Amino acid sequence: MVNKFFASPQAALADLPDGATIMIGGFGSAGMPAELIDALIAQGARDLTIVNNNAGNADTGLAALLKAKRVRKIFCSFPRQADSWHFDALYRAGEIELELVPQGTLAERIRAAGAGIGAFYTPTAYGTRLAQGKETRRIGDRDYVLEYPIHADYALIKAERADRWGNLVYRKSARNFGPIMASAARCTVVQVRETVELGVLDPESIVTPGIFVKRVVRIAPSMRKAA
Amino acid sequence: MNKLDKKQIAARVARDIPDGAYVNLGIGLPTLVADHLPKGREIILHSENGILGVGPKPAPGEEDEDLINAGKEPATLLPGGAYFHHADSFGMIRGRHLDFSILGAFQVSVTGDLANWHTGGADAIPAVGGAMDLAVGAKKVLVMMEHLTKNGESKIVERCTYPLTGARCVNRIYTDLAVIDVAPEGLHVIEIVEGLSFDALQRLTGVPLKRLATAA
Repeated sequence: MVNKFFASPQAALADLPDGATIMIGGFGSAGMPAELIDALIAQGARDLTIVNNNAGNADTGLAALLKAKRVRKIFCSFPRQADSWHFDALYRAGEIELELVPQGTLAERIRAAGAGIGAFYTPTAYGTRLAQGKETRRIGDRDYVLEYPIHADYALIKAERADRWGNLVYRKSARNFGPIMASAARCTVVQVRETVELGVLDPESIVTPGIFVKRVVRIAPSMRKAA
Repeated sequence: MNKLDKKQIAARVARDIPDGAYVNLGIGLPTLVADHLPKGREIILHSENGILGVGPKPAPGEEDEDLINAGKEPATLLPGGAYFHHADSFGMIRGRHLDFSILGAFQVSVTGDLANWHTGGADAIPAVGGAMDLAVGAKKVLVMMEHLTKNGESKIVERCTYPLTGARCVNRIYTDLAVIDVAPEGLHVIEIVEGLSFDALQRLTGVPLKRLATAA
């Protein structure tokens, strides 16, 4: 029987090793898997490479992981924010490596990894400093930059509802990076608000088919920290 | 002269957006355009975090943490709106599906190069977000900005001194002084605010401008 439900965030992340590359879903706090990140902090893995659109806000979630000095490198499109002080301090101290990637290129590099694409040409960033040192090519009447996929060992994402096969639906703009990160990691761990029986999710409306998901943890609203 | 304020620039940009257009409004000044879209036109706003059909700000108390715009502010969805993931969202941008991308700028060059993401400071923490995708992807890229810096220097320049967001990507510039098209043969002034002569605009701008017959 296929059953991807795990009893707790701790159980779902127990085997995560030092040095892992981890995609973390969310755009700002929408879709950020806060309880999984808390479990990652408690779990203790270090020397991590993180892929996220941002570099943490205030003192919780990804920012707390950074503060605990557990991250060696981060892939990010928009690290600098009014409340990204933990990232800012590490960056200024030279204690974290930043690979700055335009947001659409970040998304496509993640998608490409999940789709088995070896590399792709994108017009984004051509002629800018973010394309320096990269291979370029003129195709038709446009110039493109060669970009490579980003693969991950783990993806930690948040969805609204899952069944035991790992089929997922999301909620509103919290979907953001979830579906593509789920496809790009060897082990995708999802926190959901609700779990349902097989057959309850409308097959026409499933956003992430269960093949992309390894582990599901239910975080009921009552278990959530006050926002 | 009747310099336009930020709301008036936004209203001027909005006038040029036709019924049925798909539009992305960049963070900052361009978000004001949403408040000035002409009544009677159905214009569909895209937010790069995965929304088409973005509606007005929610009423106080109605905010939903799962529904935010690209500026990470609470948003709403219009009937007919849709959610999608980031790769689809940027596919819409790069794939030339958006009719307009409206962006702020530090500088625009005579050839339509855009600088709007980095001031070039050695100690600045870089952050680019979706700006480079929005600069190259939309069918038309519109820039709205003040014509001059606080020190009175033209933001329309021969060559951008700030790091580029995109090369040769801007189609039209809306400032507090003028509306200017970036054409293959140079900058064409479409409109000038009341009380400012073409010659005075030319002196303030510092790079060669061409006057279209229709410009005052």
